[in-house]
Amino acid sequence: MPFLRRTVPLAICFVMGIMTAFQYFVPHQLSRDFLELMTRWDKIIAGFAVFIGAYSLFHLHYSRIRFKVAGWGYSIFVFIGAIVTLGFGLYNGGDGFWVDKNEGTMFDWIYIYVQVPAGATIFSILAFFMASAAYRTFRARTVESALLLVAAIIVMLGRVPIGALISEHLPTAADWIMGVPNLAAKRGILLGVSLGAIATSIKIIFGIERQYLGGGD
Amino acid sequence: MELPEDLRAFDIPNDAGGSIGLSWRVSPSDAPDVDYIVYISISENGPWQEAARLTSTTSYKSDAPGLFGFRKKQGGFHFIVIEPRKVWPDADNEKNKGAICYFKLAMAKGAADIIELDQVVSARAKGNWFDLSKLNNLVIMIVFSTLVLFFISHARRHPGMFLRKISGLDAVDEALGRATEMGKPVLFVHGLTSIGSISTLAAINILSRIATRVAEYDTILKVVNNDPIVLTISQEVVKESYLEAGRPDAYNQDNVVMVASEQFPYVVAVSGIMTRERTAANFFIGFFYAEALLLAETGAATGAIQVAATDSYTQLPFFITTCDYTLMGEELYAASAYLAREPMLLGSLRAQDIGKAIIIVALFFGTVLSSFGINFVTHLFVGF
Repeated sequence: MPFLRRTVPLAICFVMGIMTAFQYFVPHQLSRDFLELMTRWDKIIAGFAVFIGAYSLFHLHYSRIRFKVAGWGYSIFVFIGAIVTLGFGLYNGGDGFWVDKNEGTMFDWIYIYVQVPAGATIFSILAFFMASAAYRTFRARTVESALLLVAAIIVMLGRVPIGALISEHLPTAADWIMGVPNLAAKRGILLGVSLGAIATSIKIIFGIERQYLGGGD
Repeated sequence: MELPEDLRAFDIPNDAGGSIGLSWRVSPSDAPDVDYIVYISISENGPWQEAARLTSTTSYKSDAPGLFGFRKKQGGFHFIVIEPRKVWPDADNEKNKGAICYFKLAMAKGAADIIELDQVVSARAKGNWFDLSKLNNLVIMIVFSTLVLFFISHARRHPGMFLRKISGLDAVDEALGRATEMGKPVLFVHGLTSIGSISTLAAINILSRIATRVAEYDTILKVVNNDPIVLTISQEVVKESYLEAGRPDAYNQDNVVMVASEQFPYVVAVSGIMTRERTAANFFIGFFYAEALLLAETGAATGAIQVAATDSYTQLPFFITTCDYTLMGEELYAASAYLAREPMLLGSLRAQDIGKAIIIVALFFGTVLSSFGINFVTHLFVGF
């Protein structure tokens, strides 16, 4: 059914793409209402799509347990975590899921005392990963990496109190590096990104790039 | 106190309706201890209600270049925006339904010394169909879109267009070849943004090209993401790519999965896959946040060949330090066309280069002219 699989999605993409692009230039209330309607549709679709995501996750871990693949034991915790959280969410402090969510229930406790600290733990590893990545990169083997090393030392020292103690010029030099060459490079990248994003949008809106529909032409 | 002149009320242009502007000439009596009071009413004869109060040395027309332009003489007028809906918050109030509003102005020095201007002005707030302050954006958009479409059409008529080498994309085949030789899987990691993000769409386009080659090489491709809609589209794209490569039997839906919806659980899940399965090649494509270094450093520790492509400039340094090849910014958007080598898609890359050249010329002349106090070019590119 190439008409349903290709033509209809491409037509929807073209019409909605053009309308949404021009919505930016139309301040009228009707235009705002249109954007709000689209946003609401997006949320509704995303709400239903959660079930697809949950199915994918549970199917994957069910398969891992069933076929006893390496590390299958961890998959059990996915089910335990999901069942416990879902159970407390539906229990809702004893009032059931048919009323608004209560504050301070076990559901909140799991989020505040399990999920948040676990996430913070993973985030904290970033500092050590930064150190190891910096060690690898800052070995001055070439002119470029030597430049990177010097710039990094100035910026790092310029951003901590000891830098100002070593030399009062270090914070100024660090600010100059961040505010002039660094910012110039950042803006250059952003300009390229913007042009690339517009070009990709045009290709998608006009159906020239259609890989996201699956397959080639 | 000398009362100001030229009091005017007008509909604020470029809005959805609901705002009325008032302007008046500055008074010789303007001083930090002198205030202006704006009164509003639904009737010319009152009753009057205070709508705004401002210090007489603030709020000039020149503060709103989006409405009045950049001319210096705008500094000679005060300007204020009144939203009747905020004065009468009751949404059902008839006063809020586009009625004509009347305004009076007074000057106040302290609580007792208040002098009212003997003039009543009126205006009605209306919604507008075009935001004139965004005209420069529209013109740039139309010019660039025309360039893209022109070069796509040109490339179709003149195939064999020269394209500069992007080493990160040439490395894709190298990475896939290595994975095939080692008999280990290839891992494609999506960024954290949803399908509404253009970088995610670009990532899906690249995924399609990679999946076709993986199917041809008979290697295992694992795709992970954190968004159910991206998951659905990725599954469909990989499936179609395997079909296109003549290997529909090699497609396994369990290899394209949503591993977690939150940022750090996603990091843990993907890191687990990398360390357990010892993937031979890792592709990090899309928009990444703090998870970029955590993922790429884990991949580097496992010895995988890594290719990253992102338009997230804050994460670029981390990818550059930990990955073998990094596609920076716009190269993410060029990747699909580069890998496909289709003339129609390649044309857009030429348009991007022309667009960049135009921006560089504008930046050069804008900087030079601004240095001499001529800001015409700079003002052309101001966004409101």
